Amino acid sequence: METYTFLRQLADSWVLLALTVFFIGTIFWAFRPGSRKTHEDTANIPFRNETAGCDNACAGCTCGKSSDALKEVR
Amino acid sequence: MANYIKLVALGLVTLFAAIAANWARDLAYQVHALIIMAVSAGMFVLVLRNTDEPKPLVDQNGYMDGVIRAGVIATGFWGCVGFLVGVVIAFQLAFPALNFDWAQPFANFGRLRPLHTSAVIFAFGGNALIMSSFYIVQRTCGVRLWGGSLAWFVFWGYNLFIILAATGYLLGATQSKEYAEPEWYVDIWLTIVWVAFLAVYMGTLFTRRERHIYVANWFLLSFIVTVAMLHIVNNISIPVSIFGSKSVQLFAGVQDAMTQWWYGHNAVGFFLTAGFLGMMYYFVPKQAERPVFSYKLSIIHFWALIFLYIWAGPHHLHYTALPDWAATLGMVFSIILWMPSWGGMINGLMTLQGAWDKLRTDPIIRMMVVSLAFYGMSTFEGPMMSIRAVNSLSHYTDWTIGHVHSGALGWNGMITFGALYFLTPRLWGRASMYSMPAINWHFWLATIGIVLYAASMWVTGIMEGLMWREVDAQGFLVNSFADTVSAKFPMYVVRGLGGVLYLAGALIMAWNMWMTIRGGEKVVAPVATPAE
Repeated sequence: METYTFLRQLADSWVLLALTVFFIGTIFWAFRPGSRKTHEDTANIPFRNETAGCDNACAGCTCGKSSDALKEVR
Repeated sequence: MANYIKLVALGLVTLFAAIAANWARDLAYQVHALIIMAVSAGMFVLVLRNTDEPKPLVDQNGYMDGVIRAGVIATGFWGCVGFLVGVVIAFQLAFPALNFDWAQPFANFGRLRPLHTSAVIFAFGGNALIMSSFYIVQRTCGVRLWGGSLAWFVFWGYNLFIILAATGYLLGATQSKEYAEPEWYVDIWLTIVWVAFLAVYMGTLFTRRERHIYVANWFLLSFIVTVAMLHIVNNISIPVSIFGSKSVQLFAGVQDAMTQWWYGHNAVGFFLTAGFLGMMYYFVPKQAERPVFSYKLSIIHFWALIFLYIWAGPHHLHYTALPDWAATLGMVFSIILWMPSWGGMINGLMTLQGAWDKLRTDPIIRMMVVSLAFYGMSTFEGPMMSIRAVNSLSHYTDWTIGHVHSGALGWNGMITFGALYFLTPRLWGRASMYSMPAINWHFWLATIGIVLYAASMWVTGIMEGLMWREVDAQGFLVNSFADTVSAKFPMYVVRGLGGVLYLAGALIMAWNMWMTIRGGEKVVAPVATPAE
């Protein structure tokens, strides 16, 4: 089989299927259970980190700028 | 030790550029060789003077904002230059006598047009994207830019690319691919700069302090990666001589046309859309002081946009040698693309939910909202124009020019102005811009300018398309090409005036930025905005 014919057939069968499944998958992934909390946290990233290096490192951090994720890490 | 290697490399580049300038086969190449020789000789002296000297201490803890300040200034400067050239060529079309005899062949319309498109897209838009991606990636990752002074290499290297491209057009070097006119050695240089840009960006993402990657970074990363891919594939060519600017494309015929418009449309899709959407997803929430309306929608917006956009290119090649199925594929994907585009627009606009009063008081948020409105309008107009039947009327007419400018002036221009007004006071540690009324003036001048521009181009484009296809009872064409040219004159003047208004607004912005930057001291870390 010619390379062109092979690639052409591969493209409009398995690759098409794989890409479509991946695309549909991303939508389902966005709506997965428990995603709301993550998304809320992520959507608020621009409102943290105004100044660099906030590691939640200050003793008794009260600025509230560090994310929940970070607090878990520390 | 690193400095000695740098000195050897810079010395060799200077020597090679000197030889190349001497043996150059054409004027553009010769001038470029002289520019490169001057730049590398200057850098040689600079490196030499700093060798074996104590290194100045740089605070590695704060964000790296110096390069962003430079990018803000470059964006404002190139914007004014690009708009000015645009006004000049608009009047050259209306009054051909403005193609002055004494300035030939350098300043005729044919050479100034690519200068205008590249100045606004790559110089103004590119600098805006680079500086805002550096700003956004640091603030959303909570870390300093990765790679030390590599970010400065990206800034200066990219602006050197612009200088080489711009002087090349004026001196007649072009590979005649739209939006990819620079010749082979300029393309290679841009590839090197772009890889460095990707490295800085990815490096910062890898070292981030936040667990998740904010959606703006997804858009900006897709912009960087896809533009790299497009640029390399569309510029595969073999130079005729290493001492000349001329090169020959590897693709030929319809394959070349398809590659060009795969590049061309995705330059729109990933440079002017995905990249600027990255800016939108950061600056609109920041200026509105509330998180994006729906984070889920932004994820779907992202994946739908990148999955669909890449197929839309063939709609530029309706009724050509391109097979019908390919053109139809491009058309169908263009129409589907309408949905994610409007999803993104709605997501941006609805971010203002509960804060609509800001529209009355905050001219910056007003600019961002108008920008989103134009994004919505041009992403409706685009799919419509990609339909074969509509395209048979609109193609090759000024309707296309109107469409491009409603997107470029409205969406890209306005969101960039908003970003500049957002960044300038923060980066130079000021409470706000020097003059709020001046922002208002800019807003109205720009908006009225766009309306004049787009409306006149719709009228003239549709008129032109109808005149071209008009046949009499015997089936003969009624109008000659020159008939359409003379019928378009009034609309060309109106378009030029729209451009003048838009340029005037940008000049007011430049003055406002200058006054903001001048008034007071520079701060190392940007002042934090008060918490909500």
